[in-house]
Amino acid sequence: MSFALRSSQARTSKEDGFALRSSQARTSGRRYFCGIELAHPIVNGSGTFDAIAARRAFGDALLDEFPFAAFVSKTVTLAPRRGNPPPRLWELGAGMINSIGLPNKGLDRFLAEDLPALAELPVPLIVNVMGSAPEEVATLVAAFAEREEVAALELNVSCPNVKTGLLMGADPGETAGLLDAVRPRTAKPLIVKLTPNCASPAAVAAAAEQHGADAVSLINTLRGMAMHPRRPGEPWLGGGTGGVSGPAVRAIALAQVREVRERVRIPIVGMGGVQTGGHASDLLDAGADLVGVGTESFRDPRAGARIAAELQQITANSGVIHDAPEPTRPRVAQGD
Amino acid sequence: MSATAALSAAAVAGGRRSDARTLAPFGRRRLAVVGRRAYGAYLVLSLADPDGPAPDPGQFAMLAAAERWGGGADERPFLPRAFSVARRHADGTLDFVLEEVGSGTERLAELDAGDEIWLLGPLGRGFTPPSGAPARRPVLVGGGVGIAPLMIWQDAMGASPPPPAASAGASPAAASPRVLLGFRDAAHAEGAALLRDAQVATDDGSVGHHGLVTDLLAAELACEAGFEVYACGPEPMLEAVRALCAAHDVPAQLALEAGMACGYGACFGCVVPTRDGYVRLCVDGPVLDAAALEVIS
Repeated sequence: MSFALRSSQARTSKEDGFALRSSQARTSGRRYFCGIELAHPIVNGSGTFDAIAARRAFGDALLDEFPFAAFVSKTVTLAPRRGNPPPRLWELGAGMINSIGLPNKGLDRFLAEDLPALAELPVPLIVNVMGSAPEEVATLVAAFAEREEVAALELNVSCPNVKTGLLMGADPGETAGLLDAVRPRTAKPLIVKLTPNCASPAAVAAAAEQHGADAVSLINTLRGMAMHPRRPGEPWLGGGTGGVSGPAVRAIALAQVREVRERVRIPIVGMGGVQTGGHASDLLDAGADLVGVGTESFRDPRAGARIAAELQQITANSGVIHDAPEPTRPRVAQGD
Repeated sequence: MSATAALSAAAVAGGRRSDARTLAPFGRRRLAVVGRRAYGAYLVLSLADPDGPAPDPGQFAMLAAAERWGGGADERPFLPRAFSVARRHADGTLDFVLEEVGSGTERLAELDAGDEIWLLGPLGRGFTPPSGAPARRPVLVGGGVGIAPLMIWQDAMGASPPPPAASAGASPAAASPRVLLGFRDAAHAEGAALLRDAQVATDDGSVGHHGLVTDLLAAELACEAGFEVYACGPEPMLEAVRALCAAHDVPAQLALEAGMACGYGACFGCVVPTRDGYVRLCVDGPVLDAAALEVIS
């Protein structure tokens, strides 16, 4: 089924919807996501790949072999943020905990310094933004609304390191209010990054859809902590708690993507512990349209490209089509 | 010579702490272990990397065993580990110095010739040549496993054309670096054999000076001016080096360490505070000018 059908027609039943989705979802090649043409379904999770720093380390080879079909920026806030005090990392048996705290240079310097550099990437750019109140997020969204370098915006309502993010993304009413403030400010696709640290991510996703979100992405990290190995009773991380990611959260991601898919029709970017094409295929089968890779990129900067190739092999072997058909009616974002 | 080329490249790049660096091939590469040799408490692992670029002295690499990395007894290690490149041989063999201190180094220490390692690198920014005209005399100060980046730096200096011996005002000794190393005990002090002409201090007095390596540095700085210090070691040692050099108005380049997940700027986990705020050691270091740092803790 084409993307246009999925996004413009109401489903007759949950079961129908699920079946409809999986035929496109199992394709591994070219596709349309919110009207954006992508070469394959693998993107990065926000905050897990700094393309500017990576270009300093690897040079232009990064551009020649860019591992993702779209690049999602680290979270941008209105004011600069220093981030959390170190230590910021703790290794787990099957993943890690991070307490980074969204360090970034703030909107003005991002626009002046980072956006031109990110525009040089060979893939569409999705900018992730976060604010402490709906009006602040609306200001950020409006600042990117007219920038042609930006293909879509992702709203961080889910970072467990920041109290405000947790609040806005943890409650359907809060999320609805956020969308009501932000939706009129841009025609660009809006992706809501859901938090797993709440009672019902699916209910939040449904609220986001009803209030104009074009897509949702999940899961963000799960809140966790590690005790200091030498100071009894003290946390190891400078931020106290952090976000758990990596293989440890893969099963949770799969369940939540499935649950959200049963509640919404809009596209889903599924992520959480993806290390192989098989893991990506599982998320697509659970209802995701794209798959995000995060922690695995820390172990191997080319992980995204490897996973995309593995996924392509899996779909080739299973006999489903490689490239999704072009939508008969290109997606037009809602709004003004 | 590759080490000379690296040194020249750094010199040509001009400004101190410029962004110049030897780039890493994009993606990790699977390399064979070709050597394993113990030096007391330390192990030198040698990897064949004939097609890899010659690292700048002070650059590092992320290492992970190709097999059984993840899922061990305590389920670690999961992430790769950062190691300074300690030496590059003419055939491209890379040496790394490790000490078994945790799950990652214990797993790497099990490896022997024929085993394989994933390597990403070289990464980060290394040392820059001594400043001044004539150039300041380098002093290399190492503590424990922090000797590793000083090895390749000493190699690079040795490979540089020696100053004209007969010319006035510059004796051959003027360019050769002083090497001061500190270790816990005799077993660790065996690592001093990895550098040439090292003066050693041990905490327990079993070898060399009974005390801290910074005692040796303080003595050097007290009796001669015109040094530039290159140091790598535990944080208390680096802080002592920083404070000493600041007091004597001597420039110092410090190779720092922090836990890092990725090594190429993605995770933002390896930050250290500087006068300009937090910087990521993996892309803005691991070598930082001491003047950019406040108290190291």
